[in-house]
Amino acid sequence: MVRRSPFHDRVAAANQTSLWSHWAGHLVVDKYEMSEKFEYTAIRNAVGMFDSSPLYKYRIVGPDAERFLGGVLARDIRTCGPGQAQYTIWCDDRGFVNEDGVVFRHGDDDFLLTAAEPNLAYFEHLVGSQRVVISEVTDDIGILAVQGPRSRAVLAALAPEADRLAYFEHTDAKIAGAPVTISRTGFTGDLGFEIVCAADDANAVWDAVAAAGEPHRIQPFGQTALLMARIEAGLLLIDVDFEASRFAENDEHRSTPLELGLGWMLKGIDDEARPFIGRAAIRRERDEGTSRWKMVGLVVDWEDYDRKFTAAGMVPPKDHTPVHEDMMVYDDDARRVGYATSFMYSPTVQRHIALARVRPELATPGTNVNLEFTINHSYVKVGAHVARTPFFAPDRKTSMPDDPVAEPADDETGDAS
Amino acid sequence: MSDREYDAIVIGGGHNGLVNAAYLAKAGLRTLLLERRHLVGGAAITEELRPGFQFTTFSYALSLLRPNIIHELDLVRHGFMPLLMPSSFCPMENGDSLVMGQDRNENIKEIARHSPHDADAYDQYSHDMDMVVRAVKPLFDSVPPNLFDTSPDGLAELADLARHLRGIEPTVVHNLVRLLTGSAADFLDDYFESDVLKGYLASSGIIGTKVGPMSQGSGLVLLFHSMGEHDGHFGKWAFHKGGNGGFTQVLARAAEALGTEITLNAEVERVITTNGKATGVALTDGTELRADVVVSAADPRRTFTEFVDPRELPADLVDSLRRYRYQGTSSKVNFALDGLPRYPSLGDRSDMFRGFTNIGPTVEYLERAFDEAKYGWYSTRPFIDGAIQSTIDPDMAPPGKHVMSCFVHYTPYELKGSTWDAEREQMADNVQDTLESFFPGFGDLVLQREIVTPLDIETVAGLPEGNIFHGEFLAPQMYFFRPAPGWNQYRTPIDGYYQCGSGTHPGGCVSGGPGWLASKQILKDLAARSSQRT
Ligand SMILES: Cc1cc2nc3c(=O)[nH]c(=O)nc-3n(C[C@H](O)[C@H](O)[C@H](O)COP(=O)(O)OP(=O)(O)OC[C@H]3O[C@@H](n4cnc5c(N)ncnc54)[C@H](O)[C@@H]3O)c2cc1C
Repeated sequence: MVRRSPFHDRVAAANQTSLWSHWAGHLVVDKYEMSEKFEYTAIRNAVGMFDSSPLYKYRIVGPDAERFLGGVLARDIRTCGPGQAQYTIWCDDRGFVNEDGVVFRHGDDDFLLTAAEPNLAYFEHLVGSQRVVISEVTDDIGILAVQGPRSRAVLAALAPEADRLAYFEHTDAKIAGAPVTISRTGFTGDLGFEIVCAADDANAVWDAVAAAGEPHRIQPFGQTALLMARIEAGLLLIDVDFEASRFAENDEHRSTPLELGLGWMLKGIDDEARPFIGRAAIRRERDEGTSRWKMVGLVVDWEDYDRKFTAAGMVPPKDHTPVHEDMMVYDDDARRVGYATSFMYSPTVQRHIALARVRPELATPGTNVNLEFTINHSYVKVGAHVARTPFFAPDRKTSMPDDPVAEPADDETGDAS
Repeated sequence: MSDREYDAIVIGGGHNGLVNAAYLAKAGLRTLLLERRHLVGGAAITEELRPGFQFTTFSYALSLLRPNIIHELDLVRHGFMPLLMPSSFCPMENGDSLVMGQDRNENIKEIARHSPHDADAYDQYSHDMDMVVRAVKPLFDSVPPNLFDTSPDGLAELADLARHLRGIEPTVVHNLVRLLTGSAADFLDDYFESDVLKGYLASSGIIGTKVGPMSQGSGLVLLFHSMGEHDGHFGKWAFHKGGNGGFTQVLARAAEALGTEITLNAEVERVITTNGKATGVALTDGTELRADVVVSAADPRRTFTEFVDPRELPADLVDSLRRYRYQGTSSKVNFALDGLPRYPSLGDRSDMFRGFTNIGPTVEYLERAFDEAKYGWYSTRPFIDGAIQSTIDPDMAPPGKHVMSCFVHYTPYELKGSTWDAEREQMADNVQDTLESFFPGFGDLVLQREIVTPLDIETVAGLPEGNIFHGEFLAPQMYFFRPAPGWNQYRTPIDGYYQCGSGTHPGGCVSGGPGWLASKQILKDLAARSSQRT
């Protein structure tokens, strides 16, 4: 039978739609409310809470834990001190990405890694003679994400430690008497936190967050709202924007970190003291310029979009539901130059946006391309331009409570027009 | 200050003035905007009247904003943030209610509770309205032709209009005519039998206008309010983050980023004209400012009879303006609340407050509220369009507390045998008593109330006779005739002097349409003038 999250009792009580799906073998809510857009709006405008417990979780401990992770993960784990967390990836020896996840460092020799897919065998086979113990703790732990502009106020009311957390830091704390870890992390691209607790404490933690959030109009949100927010945040999703190399059918379904736009993760790749799986191949790709693609953001030209739908006798649709299917990208000479993997109308950016891969020479922000739509059952190309991701990156995402308010920067909306 | 030269001066920092100034600055004109008050926004402002409580003193919902303005002025960068209103709530006098939400099937079930017949009739109605809106939209979003312009260009514009109308399906044209000439009640009767559904929909046919839902002309108002567009859905409204004042602050930032200079506390006394041509403005403090283009973003009365001397204008225009009707009939009563009201039959539910709360349960209720206004009095049991914005925007009130904006009909500007100074408290009591009758215990929640009568709308915001749209939405005051026959293209008889307030096409509401379309006309005229010179 499909598993239930540690928060299931509360989640089920809050779910007014009876719409459920399965995620990593767990029952999860599509939307709690009749309107997923309302849930999404809470993330951008107030605060929302999301049960991300189904993630796979691995505890990695031992004197060689850092050396082990340093060899497996592409991002330098040595730069992640105790009390910090890292978004990271792991690759195969051909330099293709297997998966991504977040690693939390609790001590010199103590890490917790979360991942979307099972990885225990993969990691264990790489341990060799290193003094490392990897244990799966997936079912022992609940994770509750609290995301949105009011999330700090909600958390601070429960655990004052949260107030001073910098982006991707974490701290131990107590909520409703239960020991928890609070991290300034999330999958929404907004100010946000995640609370990691023992499965047995999950209901108490949910209740405490719901009560502290009530005056701030907290709203539980489901998968759809999360998947909307993550496109705006430019965050990649496995099996949508990329596939795990080790299960891919052929190289067309594989991607390298550079192709996924994750080059920023590879700082220190030339440091000989840190060989990691895939390093040699990634350096070769970099040096020889052999990347096939570059992951970019696309912003659809609203005028062209409106014009083409209107001319076809339609009201130009502005549907926020994420589309997770390939959409073809062409240059102005109708040559195929890429494909979008995630697409939506963003209510926050007020444009249709996509995560797409294009030929590397077209990846400069502002470059014009064309995205293919189906209008009246025919293929129609609509203008779009390459934009930086994230599409939406409010200052509050990374700022501290007493930071001065910043002026809107020129390149911040990710919109180069 | 007096030696500063501008290319364009915009008088009035309402949202249309801001939009207009932003477009002019974007086109490269050195643009100055002058606002009489200490803040921009005009009828779209948010004020903190009690610590932590944000009141939308006048307008309260983002209704008809033209989507191209969002993009062309890059408003998202400056904080534009519409918030979906996920529900509409219509309490009924028998204690039942109609709650409309975002899910079509739920709505069908909810309507069917009141009338199974109306369930699919509602889909038909929505579809038919959409078709009419789509047909009208190109007219809404362009400078209307001038019926009296017999130049080749003028005739070509009329021919374009005729071509557009010919392209519309006959049934859609017929629905359009039914709406433009008929009553909202008749139109709705053709679809529905449920009183509460008709009451809910008919409310859009009276907002801001001195008509009852059974009056001819209310169909036009119903259509007008359906012209709104939110994320690709016609007739959908939103709250802006921080209220409508939050929106006009976004506009001000965008206008400034494009180069507009904004001066507050600067009241224009008159437009300076030289040989029938506008050359600048004079402020009440005596300052004179020069510009080749002067745009009035104020109402037609100020534009034509205060900023310039009527003697400078053609007699037929002066005559039309004298007949132009304001006759405001709306008020606001805004509440700071200690908690959310309770609706007994819905128990502890509060999600229905996240959009409009429509106190207008039947067409008859609305029409009876209108009856008193016909004879110069305000409604004993008024129509109320309530909005507890703090339920979806936590920045509107302190945690756990709420603000409720109540738009009130009918409260005629001219009272028979009394004055608004004498009646304001009683009017607000009528509103509060009406709310109490639907939400027992409402009065106990009230921490503070702000009363805004038509007279307040006139004296504070400056809208003549408190008409919320700078003039009634009556057929003889729309499109070809707004604000006056022959002067519907944003120009005035004075060369270089333009108009762009809600008294111009397409009309009132927070749409930005007048400001945007006027800028097109001004830039077109400037381009023609400079090409004549070269
Ligand atoms: C109570 C009320 C509720 C409403 N509710 C809604 C709603 O919910 N949704 C909606 O879409 N619409 C609503 N409306 C209508 C809408 O707000 C108006 O149609 C619109 O805001 C008018 O904008 P405007 O820029 O044309 O004019 P205004 O907002 O009237 O701006 C004119 C500006 O000119 C300034 N001015 C006047 N004289 C001078 C001078 N001599 N010198 C310098 N400046 C001067 C004024 O101070 C003012 O700022 C409402 C209106 C009212 C009054």
